[in-house]
Amino acid sequence: MPDVLQHDVVIVGGGGAGLRAAIAAVEADPTLDVAIVSKVYPMRSHTVSAEGGAAGVIKAGDSLEEHIRDTISGSDWLADQDAVELFVREAPQELLRLEHWGCPWSREPDGTVAVRPFGGMGIERTWFAADKTGFHMLHTLFQTSLQHERVRRYDEWFATRLLLDDGRAVGVSAIELRSGQVRAVVGKAVILATGGFGRIFPFTTNAAIKTGDGLGLAFRAGVPLKDMEFVQYHPTGLPGTGILITEAARGEGGILVNRHGDRYLRHYNLGEPLDIRDPVHPRLRTMELGPRDRLSQAFMKEQDQGNVFDGPYGTYVHLDIRHLGERRVDQKIPFVRELATNYAGIDPVREPIPVRPVVHYMMGGIDTNLEAETALPGLYAAGECACVSINGANRLGSNSLPELLVFGARAGTGAARWAREHAPAPRAAVETQAADEQARIARDLINRRDGDERIATLRTEMQHAMEAGCGIYRTEATLQAAAAKVAELRERARRVQLDDHSLSFNTELTAALELDIMIEIAESVVHSALHRTESRGSHQRVDFPQRDDGRFLKHSLAYRTEGAPRVEYRDVAITRWPPAERVYGRAH
Amino acid sequence: MTSGATTTQTIGFEIARYLPGEDRAPTLRHYDVPYRPEWVVLDALNYLKDEVDGTLSFRWSCRMGVCGSCGAMVNGVPRLMCAAFLRDYLPGPIRVEPLANFPIERDLVIVLDDFMQKLRAVKPWIIPGDRPPPADAEYRQTPAQLADFKQYSMCINCLLCYSACPVYQHEEEFLGPAVLALAQRYDHDSRDRGNSQRHELTWSDEGIWDCTFVGECSAVCPKHVDPAGAIQQAKVESTMDWYRSVLWPFGRR
Repeated sequence: MPDVLQHDVVIVGGGGAGLRAAIAAVEADPTLDVAIVSKVYPMRSHTVSAEGGAAGVIKAGDSLEEHIRDTISGSDWLADQDAVELFVREAPQELLRLEHWGCPWSREPDGTVAVRPFGGMGIERTWFAADKTGFHMLHTLFQTSLQHERVRRYDEWFATRLLLDDGRAVGVSAIELRSGQVRAVVGKAVILATGGFGRIFPFTTNAAIKTGDGLGLAFRAGVPLKDMEFVQYHPTGLPGTGILITEAARGEGGILVNRHGDRYLRHYNLGEPLDIRDPVHPRLRTMELGPRDRLSQAFMKEQDQGNVFDGPYGTYVHLDIRHLGERRVDQKIPFVRELATNYAGIDPVREPIPVRPVVHYMMGGIDTNLEAETALPGLYAAGECACVSINGANRLGSNSLPELLVFGARAGTGAARWAREHAPAPRAAVETQAADEQARIARDLINRRDGDERIATLRTEMQHAMEAGCGIYRTEATLQAAAAKVAELRERARRVQLDDHSLSFNTELTAALELDIMIEIAESVVHSALHRTESRGSHQRVDFPQRDDGRFLKHSLAYRTEGAPRVEYRDVAITRWPPAERVYGRAH
Repeated sequence: MTSGATTTQTIGFEIARYLPGEDRAPTLRHYDVPYRPEWVVLDALNYLKDEVDGTLSFRWSCRMGVCGSCGAMVNGVPRLMCAAFLRDYLPGPIRVEPLANFPIERDLVIVLDDFMQKLRAVKPWIIPGDRPPPADAEYRQTPAQLADFKQYSMCINCLLCYSACPVYQHEEEFLGPAVLALAQRYDHDSRDRGNSQRHELTWSDEGIWDCTFVGECSAVCPKHVDPAGAIQQAKVESTMDWYRSVLWPFGRR
């Protein structure tokens, strides 16, 4: 029988949300024993790649009301307004806690934290640590967590299944990668904090590990996935690699120009460009500081009109930051210079940076309420893997980092409370489930010799089907084609054949498990997109170009079935901000 | 990489393979990989893993030099595989081995338990001491105060410096470059009052005094953290502290 490792709270994922949850749980109750199960060491988590910053109202002249309004209009009114209000209210105190824990926020001369402008935000409110904000937040959280002896980490353990008892979540089965052994990591509550799933697409800013593992765990346990059709393309990724060039480059004054030298965003209802020497440039909620969905869509229109450059790695436009000067670039966005130099072969102080839209963030995720609870008792989720929803149909840049703090903390506190009030699951029940899981993995993957499908082939086909059918612009026909392809891949994935039959650090095994999850998640994205016959935020249906509040001011909820996912709907929580037109480039 | 120029050339790789329980020691295996000028070593390894040999094992994630996963010896030099371009190694072959000075888990995967334990040992968190954080506000920290430690906060824990360190190679108890730089990062943070708690360890023989100032750590650091500089700075501070304690025994902080 597999080992059973007993804790009070089990957290899957050791990135920003998981670490914040762990600290919150032990602070809520220092007698609790908290486990973090993560397929990578915490400092490798993808929070590390976040660049531009974290929004939180702190400066005189800003207000919670303004941040709420920006977030709601940015979401194209699909965000739950009670959730947004709570998020905006709690974000500043969370960012302050990071400050108290040592996060090296960039500063004003008087020693207060500095803020910068960001897309879709009407006031400068984005805290930043140069352009490695996520890196510094992650390392601060990780290092702070080390002082808590009751946080026990299982680094490089891959969670494969939620363990259930009597209708509640009581742990996970996980493969210890070093030994290849499956073990049960058991608690009274489970928090999923595994991040996003950009890897279902071929061209993404997301790290290799972003395969949606937590969504797979929840989905297979019957928990619905919410608003999965909303995929954020960031307008400025490097062609070829998809490496992110932060929005802070535009926040600092960078401009987008097409191959004719035209600041093309002026043609897309985002306001009039100001001269780059104008002291008011860049103007908030205008042009380059419009929201990501609108900027990525503008690129596609430019491409249709032949106004973009054509290069060996696809089409692109120019992000020009030369006018900022070397000193400002090195001070405010040094990572932009490093990345462009290394991976695009140009020094952005001297040449414009080639950029194109790239899959960046998933608005959708595991359906949770304001307390980070899912429909499955004892199961919580936070961070990008969850959908509360504060992001609706389009997330504003710099809202995801405070989101993982606010809801990570809430998940940790809530799970601690739940753990105090509930007894551990009977050992026999979890042992049997973990043993079944061990047998399944051995039979279907490690020991199989009669498979005929290669992981990389299936993965590549899935990624291209998603890009072709479920990209920035979608139609019934492209989505149907993607749905058929992904269904075919689901069948073929049952016959996957590994080269590697060993137990020691078998990364081909984890790649197969990830592929299986990604295909199921991709299916939920496609079917949620098929059912939403309107255009809203990042979900643009060429065949249904209008927003349709009458029918679709609703969250989609995808449930797993034996066939295609079943899609249901739930009303959006509207409190004080009735749906209106999204207005950029002029007073709103 | 999603696409690229068509390839006619190939480039050779010699990659260290080791499977515990099967192999007694790592051996180099030869592979040929299509040559693409925009590829990094990591792209070549992923090509091999996907298309040629699924048993090849290595860590990677962000492929943009910030997660710290993909360190390896490339032609004998510690590098991030995501930042080592094939075009800089023409005509090849390119030799890829696990980071030196670490036990090997499998192929290019090293055991980093020792580092993780040392990282925690230097208490890399803010110890506020007699200066608790202000309620509902940030600590004031000027740009100059931030600059005093910022460089040491840039470490991505990629371990290239341990691989390059001739002291760590022979003395396993040495705390090592990255960890000592991290201690210096907190010691120099104006919000922190924990220096005395760290110095017991970091100013000991396993700490800064073990370092012979070869400087290889700073030479290989992909993030310009300059751990050798951090250690030198700490040595000066430790010496000054000692003189102060001798010359002004009652005036010591």
